[in-house]
Order: sequence, then structure tokens, then C-alpha cells
Amino acid sequence: MSKLHVTTRINGDDVEFLCDPRESMLDVLRDRLGLTGAKEGCGTGDCGACSITLNGRLVCSCLMLGAEAQGQEIGTVEGIATGEQLHPLQEKFIAHAALQCGICTPGILVATKALLEKHPDPTEEQVRYWLAGNLCRCTGYDKIIRAVMETAADLREAS
Amino acid sequence: MQYLTPASFDDAVKLASQASGVTRFLAGGTDVLVQMRSDIVTPDTLIDIKKIPGVSDIIRRADGGWDIGVAVTGAEMSEHPDLPRDWPGVVEAMDLIGSTQVQGRATLTGNLCNASPAADSVPAMIAAGVTATVQGPDGTRTVAAQDIPAAPGKTTLAPGEMLTALHLPARGTGGGDAYLRFIPRTEMDIAVVGCGVNLVVEGDTITWARVALGAVAPTARLVPDAAEALIGSALDDAALARLDAAARAACNPISDKRGTIEFRTKIAGVLAKRAARIAYDRARG
Repeated sequence: MSKLHVTTRINGDDVEFLCDPRESMLDVLRDRLGLTGAKEGCGTGDCGACSITLNGRLVCSCLMLGAEAQGQEIGTVEGIATGEQLHPLQEKFIAHAALQCGICTPGILVATKALLEKHPDPTEEQVRYWLAGNLCRCTGYDKIIRAVMETAADLREAS
Repeated sequence: MQYLTPASFDDAVKLASQASGVTRFLAGGTDVLVQMRSDIVTPDTLIDIKKIPGVSDIIRRADGGWDIGVAVTGAEMSEHPDLPRDWPGVVEAMDLIGSTQVQGRATLTGNLCNASPAADSVPAMIAAGVTATVQGPDGTRTVAAQDIPAAPGKTTLAPGEMLTALHLPARGTGGGDAYLRFIPRTEMDIAVVGCGVNLVVEGDTITWARVALGAVAPTARLVPDAAEALIGSALDDAALARLDAAARAACNPISDKRGTIEFRTKIAGVLAKRAARIAYDRARG
């Protein structure tokens, strides 16, 4: 089967790749581009481990075809840190031990970064609803919520 | 599988009409890609409609009604400055579907064309009187939302036909709508029962109403008797009791892991009463 040639931008870099038309964006990221931060949990849009941004909007990369990335702007967890400098969210997740096995963490970081860009001063309830599509089976969520609320407060103070 | 990105509805219809085997249209993909992955549907031709100009537009018509593009997402509807004020029930129903991630992709049109009896936005659309423009090889026609789903997973669209826009009527004065569903969790679940109510008041009296139920029959259905129960009343206890009975009488559900026939039937009456109260309060401002 002939492959599609796709030109896109990922974390600010121009990227091109060839993919099968049926291939998900998640498979393209992991298997063709070596960006293995996004994880496959369910593959059906329920768990959020594969969360990325598409033109700034949070989506599941398993619910998007690689072909749909043509001409679009993609953001992944690999683009959150600046070089060796971790994003404040990443620092807080470590400080609060807001991760155990780590499979859900990349998706939750992408999701919460998108949340704070849209809602810099979220309520705890808002954070919990925003993360309804990011499943974590280790932490029980409280440490994640605390890390996000504290990051939000720090970022508001810094700005 | 062929992946096609037509630049117009004419081209999309032509491609769909000429395609052999299984054809699917791709908007948000939150149903189609899951079905592909689960090998429930294996399209030979996948027509991505998102490159067609205007499909992501929400436009207020001169008559005060709204045209919703076929690729408009739930998030775009919720974030719109004016649409949620006119049609809070429709927007809230759409917003109940899935997670933040799903809201970034899922479309009102997709929810209708996926033809799930439990689709949250569909009872709200039916109650609101939404119509769809359907384009096919033989031209265009206008179809009421309730006439699109034919059975679970099946629509009344002919091969080569597709939706090109959804239309909400003008809200007018004294109108209000609401949608409620029952799920055993707080988020991320599929409706056990859903109910949309849309009504118009003059003073305290309901002069016009539409009621629709989801997940209690093979397709979401309009319930004219439930609307009749409301019209002429001030939503007093007697009217609510008539509404409850009419909603329950319209149910023809199945028993499954989400709920029994008896439970769904009882809940349909409960949700109808609660949604009617919300719509009534909204209508009276």
C-alpha cells in the first residue's frame, strides 16, 4: 500500500514523515519519529496517556490519524521542558511525587499545561474535570491535583 | 484504505458516490477511529471532510438561528460567546460527551451520524428542532435530526449522501432548553437514559414544547405526548405527573449492563420532569 507523505510541525520543528493512511498519530510519533513520550494505554481515547496538542487544543493522539497532521501544529510532552530546564509543572510533579509508574504522566503533563494556558487560576474541581480523561491507576490523583494547583499559584505569582 | 481530503462538498459527494466497498466520512474521528481500531468497521475509503471551507464555522443566521459546521467540535460550541446563551441544553448535551481530549475533536454532526441510541447531543437536538442539510448525488434535502438515525449504528442516509451543516432554529423570546442524562458516575460515561426538553412560555404558561428521549429505544425519539402534557400548564404538579407518565409510556428500552427496562423507564420520567423544570426556569429568564 502506498504511503502518505505528511509535512507538519512538532514542538516548533518542521517534520516530515511517511505513514500508512490507517496509522494513528500516536503510532507515527512513537514508531516513526522516536517521540515515545506519548504512551498507548487504551488506544480508544479513554485513558489520555497519549495526549498531545493539535493547534494548541488537547487531543488523544490515538484518536487522530498521522495523515491528519498535514500542515498542523503538534505539541508533545517532549516539547514541555526547555533543554535541561524542566517546566514548573514537571518540577512540581517530582516535588509532590505525583507519579509512580509514570505511564500516565506524559499525558497528564500535556493536559495540565494546556489547562493552565487556558485557565491560569483553576479551581480544584475544574482541574479534576479537565483531567477526567487522564486515568492514573497509581496515585489516586490527590498528589497530581496538589502539584497542578501549586504550579498554577506559582505561575500566577511569577507573571 | 484510501484517505481522501476533498476541498468541497461536491467533491466529497462525488468521491463517496464513486467509491466501492465501505466508505466513512471523517470529522473528529472519536467514533470512526475507535471502530477502525476495534475492527468493527474497516473502511476502504475514508473521506476527511475537515479541508472543506466553512466546516468549522458557527454562524448566526439573519433569522436569529444558527448554522453549525459539520466539523465544529464540542469545545468550540462551549467556548462560543453567544451560542450557549441561546441553546444551553444543546451545548451542555454536547459538552457531556467524553473527556477534554474528546471535546477537542468530537462533533455534533458525528454524534448524530454515529446513530447511537445513547448519543447525548441527539435528544437535545431533536427537542431543539435541529435540521440537517443532506447533500447527495441527486442534490440536497433538509432532514429533521430525529430522521437521521435509523437503528443503532445505522442512518437513513443513502450511499453517497452526507451532512453539510446542522441548523438550529431562532431561539426567539421566552424560550429555554435543557438536557439531562443519568449515568452512575460523574463523568466519562454513556447515558443510561437521556432527556431533552425545549419549551416556550408566555408569562408563566408554557405555550409550546418539544420533548425527546435517548437510550430508551433503538433511536432517540421525539415524544409528542410529553410535549402535550406541558403545553397550557404553568408546570404545576399535575402537568409534571402527566409528563412523567407520557415519558414512561414512550419507552421501549432493552435491559443491559447499564440498566434494566424497568429502571430506564422510571428514570425517563424522572429526567423529563427535572429537565422540564430547568428549561422552564431558563425560559422565564
